[in-house]
Amino acid sequence: MDNAVLSVTELNNHIKDLMDSDLLLMGLAVKGELSNYKLYPSGHHYFTLKDAESAIRCVMFKGNASKLRFTPENGMGVTAVGRVTVFPRDGAYQLYCTDLLPEGMGDLHIAFEQLKDKLSREGLFDAVHKKPLPRYPSRIAIITSSAGAAVRDIIRVLGKRWPMAEVVLLPVRVQGAEAPPEIVGALRYANKYKVGDLIITGRGGGSIEDLWAFNDERVARAIFESEIPVISAVGHEPDVTIADYVADLRAATPSNAAELAVPDRSEMSDALASMSVRLMQATKKKLSEKRARLNDLASRRVLQNPTAYIDQKRLELDSVQNKIMSRYERLLSAKKHGYIRLAASLDALSPLKVLGRGYSITTTDSGQTLSDARDVSVGDRLHVSLSQGGLRCTVDDVISGR
Amino acid sequence: MSKNNLSFEQSMERLEVIVKQLEKGEAPLGESLKLFEEGTALIAACGKMLDEAEQKVLVLKKGENGEPVELPFEGGE
Repeated sequence: MDNAVLSVTELNNHIKDLMDSDLLLMGLAVKGELSNYKLYPSGHHYFTLKDAESAIRCVMFKGNASKLRFTPENGMGVTAVGRVTVFPRDGAYQLYCTDLLPEGMGDLHIAFEQLKDKLSREGLFDAVHKKPLPRYPSRIAIITSSAGAAVRDIIRVLGKRWPMAEVVLLPVRVQGAEAPPEIVGALRYANKYKVGDLIITGRGGGSIEDLWAFNDERVARAIFESEIPVISAVGHEPDVTIADYVADLRAATPSNAAELAVPDRSEMSDALASMSVRLMQATKKKLSEKRARLNDLASRRVLQNPTAYIDQKRLELDSVQNKIMSRYERLLSAKKHGYIRLAASLDALSPLKVLGRGYSITTTDSGQTLSDARDVSVGDRLHVSLSQGGLRCTVDDVISGR
Repeated sequence: MSKNNLSFEQSMERLEVIVKQLEKGEAPLGESLKLFEEGTALIAACGKMLDEAEQKVLVLKKGENGEPVELPFEGGE
């Protein structure tokens, strides 16, 4: 291919292939100064990054550019992160930038990540350490500057939502070298004197440097050690600090901290009203149940007519008596019937009947019925019963045998 | 009623207990009526707390011996 004649496209594609296979160019960070910064209607950002001797053209597409948390300006020192490749149409290489960090932020960013990792490994951010917030705080300690908008926002929202909570401000500086020790001091002081049942600490928005006190390790540890639950409220929504990770609850803004800290008075009034309704309904239900039971009882005969019970028992008694009587009579008639039969059979056996047929009964003087001649002696007196009447006799002779 | 001395939180907790107990409907009538009375009083007391509360804002200064000294906060709106 040494002496081959290439088309321009082939050349540019070849250069692109070479650059795209270079490990350094695939992902790098370049420090320089912004110039010729242009925001296109497409949403893409075009600029040049330069230093004293050189310049490189850069592009940042809309998706990445929209994530920037600062407005890039010409002359600003930045670190651009991205990759370098060729745009074959123009034969120009450029930096396709994915992120821009303002100068100085690079170091802070690294420090932030390092501290975050360290404290995370120590478990300071673990959910088990998050203390529950009081449902109805009675005294809220605010640790922030007494001058900023943050304190006013917090007090205003607390006052609107839950004026029952007393607010105690512990004024501290929130930026500069003195800020961390002052914030730490106030956190410890609040705990020592138990100045409230909830702490809100934070500040309004600002640059990353302005918020830095809340990325301080001492502040993070003091928040962690606080016995009183802490809500952190630093800057605006996208700003996340170490204090936010370690606090019991993170609020996006100071106003938001106040909203999270207390219930809303009007919602609470509604809750009370519904509680009142439930109380009424439960009691009404109880009463109507009791009334129904009472009506039920009252409608029973025993209470309507007190003698009814006795009448009832009397009736029952009568019926039992009847039963007994009829059984007795049945028994009696059965007995009577049996007696008649018995009497009839007795009658059949009656000696009187036998006598009627001409037999007689001989008894001794002592009344013993005589059936054997040997039982008497000559001269004994006997009595002979006949069907009609009887005879007194004296034995003249005893004839043995049949 | 001595219940008026309860904090808002204590009152709300007691109220929840009372309402749940009443809703269970197991308490005898006499006791239910007592609970109802207590609940009504608590609701009135809580409502009063809500309606009459006025925010108090203090600023804490360290006293001579380090103890907190409370002063009214003037820096608000």
